[in-house]
Amino acid sequence: MQFKAMILDNAEVSPGYWRMRMTAPAEMLEAKPGQFVMVRVNPSIDPLIRRPFGVFDVGTLQPAFTGAAPQPYLEILYRVVGKGTGMLSTLHANDILDILGPLGTGFENGPAGEEKLIVGGGVGLAPLYLLAKELVKDSPVRLFAGGRTKDDVLCITEFERLGVECYTATEDGSLGECGLVTKVLEQRLDATGNKGQIFACGPHGMLKAVAGIGAKRSVKTQVSLEGYMACGMGACLGCVCQGTEHSAENPDYRCVCTEGPVFEAAELKWEGN
Amino acid sequence: MKPAMSVEIGSLKLRNPVMTASGTFGYGEEFSQYVDLEKIGAFVTKGLSLKPRAGNPTPRIVETPGGMLNAIGLQNVGIDAFIQKKVPFLRSVNTPAIANFFGYTPDEYAELASRLDAIPEVAALEVNISCPNVKQGGIVFGTDPNCAASVVAACRAATKKTLIVKLSPNVTDIVEMAQACEAAGADALSVINTLTGMAIDLERRRPVLANITGGLSGPAIKPIALRMVWQVAKAVKVPVIGIGGIMSATDALEFMLAGATAVQVGTASFVNPAAAQEIAEGMEAWLAERNVADIKSLIGALEG
Repeated sequence: MQFKAMILDNAEVSPGYWRMRMTAPAEMLEAKPGQFVMVRVNPSIDPLIRRPFGVFDVGTLQPAFTGAAPQPYLEILYRVVGKGTGMLSTLHANDILDILGPLGTGFENGPAGEEKLIVGGGVGLAPLYLLAKELVKDSPVRLFAGGRTKDDVLCITEFERLGVECYTATEDGSLGECGLVTKVLEQRLDATGNKGQIFACGPHGMLKAVAGIGAKRSVKTQVSLEGYMACGMGACLGCVCQGTEHSAENPDYRCVCTEGPVFEAAELKWEGN
Repeated sequence: MKPAMSVEIGSLKLRNPVMTASGTFGYGEEFSQYVDLEKIGAFVTKGLSLKPRAGNPTPRIVETPGGMLNAIGLQNVGIDAFIQKKVPFLRSVNTPAIANFFGYTPDEYAELASRLDAIPEVAALEVNISCPNVKQGGIVFGTDPNCAASVVAACRAATKKTLIVKLSPNVTDIVEMAQACEAAGADALSVINTLTGMAIDLERRRPVLANITGGLSGPAIKPIALRMVWQVAKAVKVPVIGIGGIMSATDALEFMLAGATAVQVGTASFVNPAAAQEIAEGMEAWLAERNVADIKSLIGALEG
């Protein structure tokens, strides 16, 4: 679906990280956790290509006055990394954006009652909030949030409000455990005897480590990937990743945009990548 | 008064001059929920080879000012899977589908041309002799007029369908290439494919693309494309299809003034999946506002 959205709020939630709320059609409420939107930052040719952002949250605002229709909204969480996100961070309430979405395949929730271990690194938390919101309906959920410093660990309060038990780790020790978030994840898996399943989004190195942990301990692991993409609908073939069986002779490229961004970690090739 | 919008490319009649460019529109189906395919003139499918092709490692694309570089490396499903999985959709759409293809030898080009010739759902063929991102993926044929002529002649002998040749801008003299292809039997020329370019990540001191170089597309290349269309259109009798950074109806109409009979919209479809349809509608509105009765009257009508 392609639609024009009006920005309702755009605020810096931590140095360099922004959270934007915008209006959306009711269909957006059906977005599955892990799906994403392609945002055209402005109607000019610079930046030219849309930027992909995981759906952080969707919901409905109460009517502004008696008799008014409730307004569905969409939220994204983003880090300012370049020109496009830099421009996005300068936009204000009432500015208009052109949005495509929801795109891609989302997470599979897994069985009710099973422990759900959510692992997020930095802005990788973006698609995990909506996931947590879904999962807490029928399962105990634990979040493992990591970052370089405390500034890279985002929106923990929001997760706690959902009833998620949150664990944090930072490389400089400024928040939570000092070190990598995967260490904290492993401690939990040690304690439970490798129960439950893992959902992860974050930098490639973290995903690779999480995929390794899942494989070693036979814990089902779903990962949400990022990729440079131009279209978001499987046409440009810019964002592909490699399936397990990939080799130069037997290519197995998957589109992050349409076959992902969520994959079972066991479906993908991690060695050498 | 509703202006006449149809144009002809060889024996192919288009309801309007707006087509989508190969590699930017999948096999048509990907865009069908965003674009009314029956509002555009034709669509060109992703470049096909005899065998499936993996394409290049990632990163394959990067944005640059006013454009993007891509080095996909002609990843495609191959002709067999195309026939099996993609052609059924083409049958369901009342808009000509043009199959873009490439080979590694003139014989392979001819074999593909002959197999595509046998598919009724394929309205016309576009020969890619100009991909900049794979070593044998056409560019050798696209930079030497004699090689280009041998490929075009081989394809010409293998098909009766309209044969379009897509030219590379990465040559010293595109007119010489155009004339060689025309003489070898091309029914039309697509001008231009992407320009070879490069992007560098300063902090990492590395090229951004895994392939190091890639093809530049988007509005950044429009002035070059316009100049090349103008040069080629003056030098050949066959129709020219203008391509390069077309983002709007006015861009498309400028290409027609420069001598293009039709245009292809490429990168714009990534930015706005409905771009081709909006451009076709915008062109018609432009003509209607100015009481231009027939879009054909604009072809090569540049003054001064």
